[in-house]
This record gives sequence, structure tokens and C-alpha cells, in this order.
Amino acid sequence: MPAIRNYIKSLFQWELFLGLRVTGRYLFTRKVTLMYPEEKTPQSPRFRGLHALRRYPNGEERCIACKLCEAACPTLAITIESERRADGTRRTTRYDIDLFKCIFCGFCEESCPVDSIVETRVYEYHYEDRGGQIITKQQLLANGERYEARIAEDRAQDARYR
Amino acid sequence: MSAKPDVPEDLITVEIDGTAYRARKGEMIIQVADAAGVTIPRFCYHTKLPIAASCRMCLVEVERAPKPLPACATPVTDGMKVFTRSVRAIAAQKAVMEFLLINHPLDCPICDQGGECELQDLSLGFGSSVSRFAEKKRVVVDHDLGPLIATDMTRCIHCTRCIRFLEVIAGRKELGGIGRGEHMRIDTYVERSLRSEMSGNVIDVCPVGALTSKPFQFTARAWELREFPAIAPHDSMGSNLALHTRRGRVMRVVPRENESINEVWLSDRDRFAYQGLYAADRLKSPMIRRGDHWEEVEWDVALEFVVDGLHRALDERGPAGIGTLISPTATLEELYLANRLVRGLGGANIDHRLRQADFRDQDRAPPFPWLGQSIEDLENLDAALIVGSNVRHEQPIAAHRLRKAALRGAAIAFVNPVDFDFHFPVAHKIVAGPAGMVRSLAGIAKALGAGGDGEVPQVREFFKNVNPDQAEREIAQALRDGVRSTVLLGNLATAHPGFSVLQALAGWIAEASGATLGYLPEAANSAGAWIAGAVPHRDAGAVAVAPGAGGLDAAAMLESPPDALILFGVEPEFDCWDPAKARRAAGAAGFTVVMSPYAGDAARDYADVLLPIAAFAETSGTFVNAEGRWQGFRGACAPYGAARPGWKVLRVLGNLLGLAGFEYTSAEQVRDELHGKAGTLAPDNRSAWPDTVELPDAGAGLVRIGDVPIYGTDALVRRATALQQTEHGRDATVRIRAALAQRLGLAEAARVEVMQGDARAVLPLVVDDRVPDGCAWISAALPGSAGLGPSIGPVTLRVAS
Repeated sequence: MPAIRNYIKSLFQWELFLGLRVTGRYLFTRKVTLMYPEEKTPQSPRFRGLHALRRYPNGEERCIACKLCEAACPTLAITIESERRADGTRRTTRYDIDLFKCIFCGFCEESCPVDSIVETRVYEYHYEDRGGQIITKQQLLANGERYEARIAEDRAQDARYR
Repeated sequence: MSAKPDVPEDLITVEIDGTAYRARKGEMIIQVADAAGVTIPRFCYHTKLPIAASCRMCLVEVERAPKPLPACATPVTDGMKVFTRSVRAIAAQKAVMEFLLINHPLDCPICDQGGECELQDLSLGFGSSVSRFAEKKRVVVDHDLGPLIATDMTRCIHCTRCIRFLEVIAGRKELGGIGRGEHMRIDTYVERSLRSEMSGNVIDVCPVGALTSKPFQFTARAWELREFPAIAPHDSMGSNLALHTRRGRVMRVVPRENESINEVWLSDRDRFAYQGLYAADRLKSPMIRRGDHWEEVEWDVALEFVVDGLHRALDERGPAGIGTLISPTATLEELYLANRLVRGLGGANIDHRLRQADFRDQDRAPPFPWLGQSIEDLENLDAALIVGSNVRHEQPIAAHRLRKAALRGAAIAFVNPVDFDFHFPVAHKIVAGPAGMVRSLAGIAKALGAGGDGEVPQVREFFKNVNPDQAEREIAQALRDGVRSTVLLGNLATAHPGFSVLQALAGWIAEASGATLGYLPEAANSAGAWIAGAVPHRDAGAVAVAPGAGGLDAAAMLESPPDALILFGVEPEFDCWDPAKARRAAGAAGFTVVMSPYAGDAARDYADVLLPIAAFAETSGTFVNAEGRWQGFRGACAPYGAARPGWKVLRVLGNLLGLAGFEYTSAEQVRDELHGKAGTLAPDNRSAWPDTVELPDAGAGLVRIGDVPIYGTDALVRRATALQQTEHGRDATVRIRAALAQRLGLAEAARVEVMQGDARAVLPLVVDDRVPDGCAWISAALPGSAGLGPSIGPVTLRVAS
């Protein structure tokens, strides 16, 4: 008996109709697919994307080389070297983040006592060279300068929960 | 009599947190608690410093006491019941912490102490997370304390540990508390830097980040550092220290506790010299001279080049044509392998006594220069005679022990060519030129009834004319009266042109007074160099070579330069007794091999091949200190560039030269082999001293006193920038007394020309009455004096044109 049923099912390609039923159902439901890059998903202000180092409004870099982010980083992606700058303040001479190692957990941002290292909403970036994934202090500061308005707005929005 | 429990009279019972402990009468609660392993929080209490009881963090509850009592300043009594964890005790400790945090800034992220801060640690347990104070915090203006100590006095909690350290341990009241209450600040009395040679220890005793290390400032965090034990390479004490490295680079040096050597302290030289590891003239790879220029080559090419050069020298003059000068700061393994290399080739021209001038007595010298006692014993002395030593600068740790003895009442006397400054009471200070030193020692010997019956008529004649003066008689008396007395010979005695005479006289004095004869050897491994056989007349284990088989000593090698000269860690222009001659000899030798971590301009000038050797902290090895204590250490980081540990280079050279028994695989193997030969070597300074001495010429003219300044001792220190910027790191000057300057017509001169034979230099003139008449104090081992002649010898001065 089952043999006959299987024979008829395969003769009329029953499984195909089952599959087409799913297709038909989705043909008439609301679409969730976005036409990236023309369309993009909305982001939370807490989105954790590409890192940036911020500056104070007077142009002074915020980072004081306390190295708490380096200590907090679970993947050892951050490398910092520091020195006494000519004006006697504690500053970094090197601030590298290896984006291959980084898991975007946000611990660096959370540990920062001066809101210097932050994770921005930027997630569209690429590398063209071997080693390009290690972003330096200059690149991080440039990120900060470029996205400061957005960064500041996001921090302000999130301030009441922190 | 009824049976009494077997308890000494002064033992009592104290109960801490419900457990009974035995304690000695007069002990403080905190001492009993520490011994029992009960933690009581504290800031101002330090085991090595007097009790101040100023921070109040150690308040504990004591039964029947109306208020909590400071555990550091409350002596225990029999049956006392102490509660360190009771509600009242904790409340008192938390209240104190709240008071301390009123004014302490919340700048832990930029504070160098962050991560190793006693206040930070204790505030975690006793502090509140929210402050009740909205008032502004106190701000204190910083004063510069010099190139070694960074200050941030706003962070100070007034524990006064630094004040007490400088006053009680370093012996200089350089810091004090000024003002009261909120206006109190720790400062120098008159604005100036800390000058103590032990000043770096205030960094360690400071419980907060008010005093931190300036060279280390802001460069690393405590949690990033890896710690490696090591031994200090700059003096013969062998202080225990720990190297803190990060990513293969030494970031700082801190002391490691060793009660029998350095206690918990470290001299500035040992603490800050690591900076020299990364000097600009560090040698990166082996180099060969090709005509006028230097070519970087691979190790095999360079070693082949060395072997060829040595073979050429061997072919020409045989083993006598090869000479080796090795630094006494080299490790025991390096010294031993250098010795084996030289003797394996059939020669014996090897020496480490670069700053010695008089070798006449070397056959009767002890197996190795020994302190004659342990370093700890120094503090129990009753009397000491120290000959030719600025011990504070030469061996700060020994000076610290002597200071303890002096404060206990020991009569410490000095016979020195310069009136050096000491941080302890000195019973007698005889300041005399080189010839005067001999006469003074002879005076002391005669006052003890020794030495006058020697075999040599000249000596008998000399002693006949010696009349001990009051000071000499008193020194002699003190040495004889003291139960534990000692006669110590320092670096300036070693550099004395009549070293053998001083040795003999010191030996006679020691024998006649029942004192111990000892040496304060110059370098970290001076003792080890003798043990390893880095002397021409003795092989490893202090075995005398067959008569006639001995080689040339350091001075003789420089007098007639060998065909091939090997310089191991030696900078002839700084490390030798006669820099001008040494420099000339290095250039005149047919083939000069420099094995060194550094290659300065001078080395590039005279060397034919430069082999980079791992510096301190990069190689494993052993140092033998003044007590004869063997202390091994391992490399903390990889050698710089293509540098290789010295023992490995010597081992491969031995292989390439076809010498047997050079198949070592580790430094330990080398050490064990030497230990088998010399491990049982008993130090004995009382070997038969000659009763035949020749007296040095008491030249009529002006004599140079060329001591080695504290930060000029070895290649590493000379490159430590922060130390060189201190007051002790100044370049060479000519110091003569006012009367002499007047007599020589130099009173008005700012700069004088110094002449020693062909060698000359123009140096600033300083009038200094600490220098005896007929002497000019011109320190050696400094850039300004590197071109001059004998450290102690005739000199002429004239106004610089």
C-alpha cells in the first residue's frame, strides 16, 4: 500500500507542490528583505561598530592612556604605548586595534573613564592590504572627528541608562 | 620549686580575633598580627621605618579601651584582647578611609600607582562608593625633586614614610612636613632635588602615587609587567632585584627582599641603570671593519673573521701574542669561558683588574677579594678602618650597614685621599694624598706595634721615621678595643699605585689589632673573576699556574700591546686605570676584537671587529658578591637585535678554534663545571702577607686623585640618562683646595688645562677644600677625563689658553 502511495506522489511531483506552497505564502506576506546598500536596517544608538577615539570640544584628545580598555579587552585586540607628553600629561604614543581579533563586545567603551574609545554605528569598511585590519591611533582619531556629531548624539540618548 | 611552663620571661599571650598568640613584650599589635597572618590595614606603618602612627588606618578595638587604638603604636600587654574585625574596628577604619579620601584626587586612571596602590586596594574594602563631600579638593603645587622622582603631591596622604626613610635610612633630612592640618605638605626644605644615592626607595615606600619613578613615568601599568628575579650588576653587594618587563623590554627595576643583603632597599644606581639598555649606541649586529667603513655581517662571517685574526696572531708570536681584557661586571660563566679560551690557546694573558695599578703582590693575594665577613655582620661592628673608599657611592648597601653600626656607636675611621661626605658619624677621617695614606696606615700600624721589624731595611728605616699622631693612635686603640672590628680596603686603595703596600699595612694592622681584613671589591663580579681564573697568574678555582707560565696583567698588556687584543665588555677609555694608554694600546694592537653590548665612537675607531653581546637582563649567569655568595639569574628578555649571550659567543669561538671541552649547552652547565672546581674555595684574607714591602715614590709634584664616580662605574650606568642628569652625574672637573689654587696662580681661572704626560684635557676648575694639599681631584670614567692618564699619578695644571 505505501509503495503505491509513494508511486502516485512521485508521479504527480507532490513535494514540488509542497515547496511551491511555501513560496506562494511568502509571495503575499509583508517583505522584510532590504535592498542593501540602497536600503538599510534601522540602528540602535547602542550599536557597536567601528571604533573611534574622541576629542574634547577644544580639540584635545580625550584618551589619557590609562590602559583600562587594553586590560578589559577579552581578545587582546588593543595595544597601547604611552609616554609623558611635553606638557606633562599622560598620553598614548600608539593605540592599535586589531579588527580581526576584535569581537565588538564593547568592553573597551564601557571601561573608558573619559568616554574616549567608543564604538560607532559604522559597519561598512574594508581592508585592501595585509595588516590593514590593524587601525592606528591616527585612524581612530580621524574616525572620531568624522562621526563626532553622531557619537555625541548617541551617548546623549543613552546617558539616562548609564 | 614548682614546675614552671617552659616560657621565656618576656613572652606574653595576646588574643587577636579570638585566637591566642605568643608575643614578646614591647611588640606592637600590628607586629604580632603580621607575624600571625592577621591583616590589619595600614598606610604609615612600615616594618623598616620608625613608627609614626599618623594615618590611623590601623585602628583596632581593644578590650576595655575606651576608643579604638592604633595597632602600629600600641604595645601588647599580657592577656590583651584585640578585635580587628569587630563592628567598632571596621567603623573606625572606614571613617579614617573616608577622611583620607576627602582630599585624595580621583585620578587613578592617570596615576602611575594605579593597580599597585595601597590606597586603591584598601579603598576597595573600606571606602564608600559615593562621597559625602561636595567641597573642592585640596591642590598642592609640585616641586621638582630631580630627574629620578616624579611628584604629584596632591595625592599625598601624609603618611610621612618618605620623610622617615630619608632621615632614618638614607641619612639625609631632605624632605620634611611643612604646615599643619589641611595646609601640610611634604617638601624639600630649600627647593632642590633629592641627592641621596638611595632616593629611589621613596617610590617604593610611598603608599600612593605622590612619589613615582620619573624614567618609568606613564610608560606602563603594573598589570602589564612580567617580573623576573635578577642580581644588581653595579656593585659587589649583589643586591637582589626584580626586572619588570613588558613585551620583551625592561620597563623598570624594583628591589627584591633579601634580609641578608639589601633588606628591602635598592640603590638608585641599581634601580635606574636599566635605561642604559636602550642606549642609542647599542650594537645591533656583528660588524667588521673593511678599510674605512664598517660592514654589518652575519655571525658566522664575523666569528670566522675573529678566528682568522687570532690564528694570524698565534702564527706570528704564539699564544703570548693574544691578550684579553674582560670586565669584572661580566658573568661568572663569561669569565670562566674567556679564561678557558685564553688558556686553551696556550696563553695566559687575561685580566679583569682594569683599575688596578700595582700587581707586585698578586701571588700572595687571597683566593678572591672577600669582605672578610657577611654584609649583615657589617652592622654589628664595633670599630672599622676603611682605607680608600667613598663607600656611600661605591657600595651604597654596605654604607647603609656601616651607618647602622655607626649609629649604634661603632667607631668608623677613614683614610681617604679626599674628604668624602658620609651619612653617618665618622670617628676619624684622615685625608691625605696617596703618599700620606701610606704614612697614616704605617702610623696606625706602628701604634699597634706592628710592621717595624720587616726584613727590608728601607721599610725599617721608613717605620723608624713614622710617628703616629693622636688620630692614628685613637684609630688603633678603637680597632684593638672593639670585639668586632675590621679593616676594609676600598676602590681607591685598589687604584693606589702602592696597593700592595696598603694591603700589607692593612694586613699588619688587622693582625695586630685582631680585626678582620676585608675588601670592598669594585664590581659585581670582582670576586667571581678571581674564582673563574680571569687573572694571569691563577687558573679557575684560584689554582696558581706553574712558575713562569703566568701571563701579562692588565697594566703590562696595555704597556706592550699584544698582536691580538680581545676586549670583553671593556671600554678602555673609561674602564682602565690609565685611559690614555689603554686607548692607545687598543689602537696599536694588530687585531682588536670588541665583544660588548655597545659600540661607541671610540670602539668604532680602534676595533677591527665588533661582536654584540647580550647586556644585563638579557643573559643568564652568576655573580659572586663580596661575601662569596653565588647568585644566579636568568635572562628576562631576548637580547637586543642580533646580540647573543656572551657565554654562547665564547663557546662557539672555542669550537671554531678547535679547543676541546667547549660543548656546553647551557650557562648552568658552565657554572656547574666551575662550581666543581671552585665551589669549596674558602675565602681567606689572612694569607701570609709579606713582611717585605717596597714603598711607592712619594713624588714631589701635584698628584691626581681619580676616583670612579657613582654613575661612571660601568658601560650600562654611563648610558642611563636619568642618572647622568642627577647631581652625581656631572662631567669631570678639576678640584683643588683654595690655598693650592692661589699657589699655582689658578685662583682666577675658570678652566684649566690638565696634563699627564702626552695626555691632556681642558676642564672646569672648582675650588674645593675637601681635597688635600698637593692633590687635584679629577674623577675618572667621565667623558671629560677619558683622555687623561693614570687615575692616581702625577699631573700638571695650567690656565687654559
